[in-house]
Amino acid sequence: MAIQVEAPPAAEPRRRPEPRQLTRRERRQRRRPLLPALVFAIVLTQLPFVATLYYSTQRYNLLRPETRKFVGLSNYGRVFTDDLFRNAVLNTVKLTVTVVLLCALFGTALAVLLDKKFLGRSIVRTLLITPFLVMPAAAALVWKTSMLNPVFGIVNWVLSPFGAGQTDWTSRYPMTSIILVLTWQWTPFFMLIILAGLQSQSPEVLEAAKTDGATGGQTFRRVTMPHLRQFIELATVLGTIFILQTFDAIFMITQGGPGQATTNLPYFIYQQAFRAFNAGEAAAAGVITVVATIVFATFALRLVSGLFTTEVL
Amino acid sequence: MAAVDTDRLTSTVERPARHRRRRRPPRPGTIAVGVVAWAVGLVFFFPVLWMFLTGFKQESQASTDPPTIFFTPTLDQYRAILGRDFLPYFGNSLIASVLSIVLVLLLATPAAYALSVRPVVRWQDSLFFFLSTRMMPAVATILPLYIIARDLNVLDNVTFLALIYTAMNLPIAVWMIRSFLLELPKEVLEAARVDGASLPVEMRRVILPMIAPGLAATALICFIFAWNEFFFAVSLTAFRAATVPVFLVGFITQEGLFWARLSAAATLAVLPVLIAGWTAQKWLVRGLSLGAVK
Repeated sequence: MAIQVEAPPAAEPRRRPEPRQLTRRERRQRRRPLLPALVFAIVLTQLPFVATLYYSTQRYNLLRPETRKFVGLSNYGRVFTDDLFRNAVLNTVKLTVTVVLLCALFGTALAVLLDKKFLGRSIVRTLLITPFLVMPAAAALVWKTSMLNPVFGIVNWVLSPFGAGQTDWTSRYPMTSIILVLTWQWTPFFMLIILAGLQSQSPEVLEAAKTDGATGGQTFRRVTMPHLRQFIELATVLGTIFILQTFDAIFMITQGGPGQATTNLPYFIYQQAFRAFNAGEAAAAGVITVVATIVFATFALRLVSGLFTTEVL
Repeated sequence: MAAVDTDRLTSTVERPARHRRRRRPPRPGTIAVGVVAWAVGLVFFFPVLWMFLTGFKQESQASTDPPTIFFTPTLDQYRAILGRDFLPYFGNSLIASVLSIVLVLLLATPAAYALSVRPVVRWQDSLFFFLSTRMMPAVATILPLYIIARDLNVLDNVTFLALIYTAMNLPIAVWMIRSFLLELPKEVLEAARVDGASLPVEMRRVILPMIAPGLAATALICFIFAWNEFFFAVSLTAFRAATVPVFLVGFITQEGLFWARLSAAATLAVLPVLIAGWTAQKWLVRGLSLGAVK
């Protein structure tokens, strides 16, 4: 599998196991309810990944299985020297970093807004989470047509007083278009987690800050932000892992184009596997993606858990 | 390998119920905040609203410059969509989602129990193993799953898709249900233990009734992800088992011609999850953060 995260024995589990050693029979009994789920997860996620490792050492055209043969690591060599692969990696980084930064920014701003009291707050909250619930494939189609179309799109109509003219967003600014749609889609995710963080602040502390004569701005910077940081980071870590895997919007809006302008890793691998039928190279690219994700997740999770350790308790 | 201190991570779950801010007298800034918030909310909601409206237009009103705002609504597009084999796709989506949710709850509830109430040895490892499977990119498993499905003759099979969705939602469900189990009063569980209830009896009589709302919330969250899933659906299905998002692929090339029909189809596609999501709003954040944040 992918990310093996090893947890040290916890200092203070909520329901502390009985101090005495469990007998072998008790251990077996306790394990029994866990096993079906564990086996299921291993069979459907770990074994396929092992198979992906195996396929990455094969030359394997999906349409001609009989010509399959072992080629060692040459698929990796080919992938690494492939300009299209390097382009896909670059696009993935560009896309993910931009979207995550924008989402963290808007998500924090909206969370702060929603933490205030105003008329119809729960309705506004419902409106704001809607983009996240809408099927990404459907949303992408609506954006591509009704919103971003050069002649009849709403975006150009709204921007026409500013001289937007008939900008063809998805072909002239394909990456910007994808970033726009993804930011729209993922901001609610960030907002919800950060809002939960804001609302978990203890009112006593805020009250104490006020009593000590702190202004609203000071309280926000010195009290709220340090508390909020871990929630922003949690949202960022989870958001990054999901946004790295973006596929729907690219498939629906640009098909990775024009040319290869918006091809990210998932779309590149999809093309290698199901358009070029090149299973070997697709598998190698898949393995590289997983390794990159492991590296990122390992560092990121350590960062987040570190914050949980120092600041939550 | 990352060393993650499970206990600290999960400790957010155990914090006492969320504090409500005390009611303050209305301040002059409140109105300004409200206006800004409503404006931003409407901007974010607008594409969905526009999609909904366009679905009730004639094609000639769907692509105009300037956009048509006032029109006589028509059900023509919905009639056309429903007459054009939309229902089998809808049925497939429903089967794949519901079947996977049933399987997820059956697998995740006992697992969550074994990771919280009476934990197995080294339960943290198992917990993070589940988390890690959720983080694995789908592209890492798609090829073998495709090849296995092809060789076992289950390509384009809705049950196979449901199994994949089960694996996809299992970590979320385990973490979420576990967070609900941790909230149960300890005394009740201990009483059941003293009574010498066997696990199935304890489950049925004591635990399930108490976490039923939590299970419903978990099911709704899993429904959102299963219903909206596109990558596996488009890679592993073609005609017989194709789900709603795959139906929408047919509209990619027809841009500019059938916007109203596209909007009607998109509205039907998103409606079930909108209803589920709006209903489960309260638990959304717990599901999205895998139980770490309430």
